[in-house]
Amino acid sequence: MSSRILNWFKFSSPATFYPLAGRIGVWSMVIAVVLIVVGLYMSFFVAPTDYKQGEGYRIIYVHVPAAWMSMFIYLVMAFWSVLGIIYNTRLSAMMTSALAPTGAMFAFLSLWTGAFWGKPMWGTWWVWDARLTSALILFFLYLGYIALQGAIDDTRRSDRAGALLVLVGVVNIPIIYFSVKWWNTLHQGATIKMSGEASMDPVMLWTMLIMTFGFWAYAIATAMSRVRSIILERERETTWVSELPEVRG
Amino acid sequence: MKARHKRFGFIVVGLAGLGLAAWLTLNALDNNLSYFFSPTEVTENEGPKDHIRLGGLVEPGSLERGKELTVRFAVSDNAHKVNVEYTGILPDLFAEGQGVIAQGKMNANGVFVADEVLAKHDENYMPPEVAEALEKGHNQAVGAKN
Repeated sequence: MSSRILNWFKFSSPATFYPLAGRIGVWSMVIAVVLIVVGLYMSFFVAPTDYKQGEGYRIIYVHVPAAWMSMFIYLVMAFWSVLGIIYNTRLSAMMTSALAPTGAMFAFLSLWTGAFWGKPMWGTWWVWDARLTSALILFFLYLGYIALQGAIDDTRRSDRAGALLVLVGVVNIPIIYFSVKWWNTLHQGATIKMSGEASMDPVMLWTMLIMTFGFWAYAIATAMSRVRSIILERERETTWVSELPEVRG
Repeated sequence: MKARHKRFGFIVVGLAGLGLAAWLTLNALDNNLSYFFSPTEVTENEGPKDHIRLGGLVEPGSLERGKELTVRFAVSDNAHKVNVEYTGILPDLFAEGQGVIAQGKMNANGVFVADEVLAKHDENYMPPEVAEALEKGHNQAVGAKN
């Protein structure tokens, strides 16, 4: 038992994680490119037209995966924040801050594509209903985290402040997810539910899932390459960094 | 008790407290967070008196086109219905039997005068052939009953 725990902790050292992150990053990027290319081809050419919305509905193949990822990345950041606070591992905070820009990008993408879908379908770019407002708050939480982390020079303090902000903001995630159930909203309810069948054609569903996994791999790839930069920056005084071939050469 | 167990306890207690606070806040706000009121709430005067949003289904067969861009239709929630009058451009998804949200106020004659109409989409996505097949099946079932 104890040996297995030790094994996991081995990777919490930046020096061990740095080369591993490089390998994971490259492979995730390859998977991301393949899945997103296939997913986009299916979204535009394979998936059938919707009976009511016509061709305009195709924006959901970017909108829904982006919205899911924006919530999921936040939960992963909360997970790393908890680990960071409990175990005081430096790598946890580095992972949190490596994920934040990708999460913010997906949050923005979901709001932006949602507005483009809303104008023709609902007749408006934006309304202040519970779903849209809580999703906007999520975007601001990402920006707030990035700003707070950047504003404090001492990394130990900025890590701690950032982790607390992420944990306080985590209450927003169930609110976003259940907002369409708890209140009357203009936004429609969930098509893909945790229980029961999806109210969607199977080809449409597969296309959406492929796009989701593509975005997922992309998020891993960007987070890994970002965490490598953060490791190099924070550990620049150490011997192991100065001995890296890419640093020496 | 190690320091890290203590920190874990703080996080659990903190998150539970935060969750409770959020739950109490949302519960207190309750209806104010809803984007629209149903025809039942509007007819029973449960909503605010002035400018409100009314949401429901456009009653099939109730759509009437008046002069120029004026349209009249009834919004229903199967229990009550409210007559709506609107002058302007309707969104693409607007149709009889479709969800709709109208923003405006009641006039003296009990007609809801809307200044904005939004279409509400449902969570179903399917190709036209499937929708057609579903409708055919529905019509057959209805026909068999009669």
